[in-house]
Amino acid sequence: MEAKAIAYLAAGFGAGLVILGASYGIGKLAAATMEASGRQPEVAPQVRTAMIISAALIEGVTFFALIICMTLAIK
Amino acid sequence: MHDTLQHYATSVADSAGQVIGHGASGHGETFNFQHLLDHVKDSRTVELPGFHIELPQLPPVHLGIFVLDLSPTKHVFFLLLCAFLLIIGAVFASRAYRKTFVPHGFVNLIEMLVVFIRDEVVLPNMGPGGIKYMPYLLTTFFYILFMNLIGLVPYGATATGNIMVTAGLATVAFFMIQISAIQVHGFKNYLMHLTGGVHWGLWIIMIPIEILGLFTKPFALCIRLFANMSAGHIVVLSLIGLIFMFQSIAVAPASVALALFINALELFVAVLQAYIFTMLTAVFMGFGIQTDHESHQENH
Repeated sequence: MEAKAIAYLAAGFGAGLVILGASYGIGKLAAATMEASGRQPEVAPQVRTAMIISAALIEGVTFFALIICMTLAIK
Repeated sequence: MHDTLQHYATSVADSAGQVIGHGASGHGETFNFQHLLDHVKDSRTVELPGFHIELPQLPPVHLGIFVLDLSPTKHVFFLLLCAFLLIIGAVFASRAYRKTFVPHGFVNLIEMLVVFIRDEVVLPNMGPGGIKYMPYLLTTFFYILFMNLIGLVPYGATATGNIMVTAGLATVAFFMIQISAIQVHGFKNYLMHLTGGVHWGLWIIMIPIEILGLFTKPFALCIRLFANMSAGHIVVLSLIGLIFMFQSIAVAPASVALALFINALELFVAVLQAYIFTMLTAVFMGFGIQTDHESHQENH
């Protein structure tokens, strides 16, 4: 297998792993938010704001990895 | 029809290709990823409905050993356009307050956003001493917001999708974080904070780690904004590019529907990323200017 082929393969695997990690993390985040909102509806707006901020931060890290995958895919 | 679709694809343009598009662009007859990245990269032409503007190439400027190429590109054009719009908007908004505390009309929306930044971002994170840094934080927020949103209209380019632009914003944030800490505590105390308050025997380990920590935070700000903005546009272009890849019109309904959904998501991400950049800068500045004995001001 030549280097370019392995690079494309690695980019594909990498993108899959990235989405696995990110969606698992953000899914846990959303679950905790829903439980907290159901348990105590008065704090729901603040919990929702914190959830959005944490989701944006996790996505930021996701995009680091995505850029590495794209660098491989451009080869 | 092919022409107008391609024109729209061209117009949803911005960078990312600056960093990653250095590969050999094989412009063959088939559609490949390089074509897509060309729409996303910085370029020397500004496209307006109906015509191109070729931006001039200025002669390189020599500063000692550095050779600077200061010729304007599409992203520089949009940077300046957004700065101009921001100045016009700010002047217009502040004039409405000349006669009354409660203005009429559109300025109320801007007041809502400014009060939101003050009450939710600056005061909780930086305390009452943060008000004097509000001009910088408001400028950051509105500038990034304008740049992100202009990239979503047809024929607009997202300047924040260029890593150099976000690196510039992060550099200014870096300097503002250090300057705010030095202004509040003094230069000697600022250096003392770099040691982290450990025994002096550990300073040799602590100081390089702290200095490295000073740089990773703005670096993360830079990459987060750049990647969020450019990834969204690449996804939209990829979805529309599916039509060209399959060379048939039958793909168009699904493709355009998905692209519409992703575009709406991008609208949300544009506002959110501007808010996140501003909020994280405020948090980092708050770490620098807080004293240990100050109580946290609750504003809810």
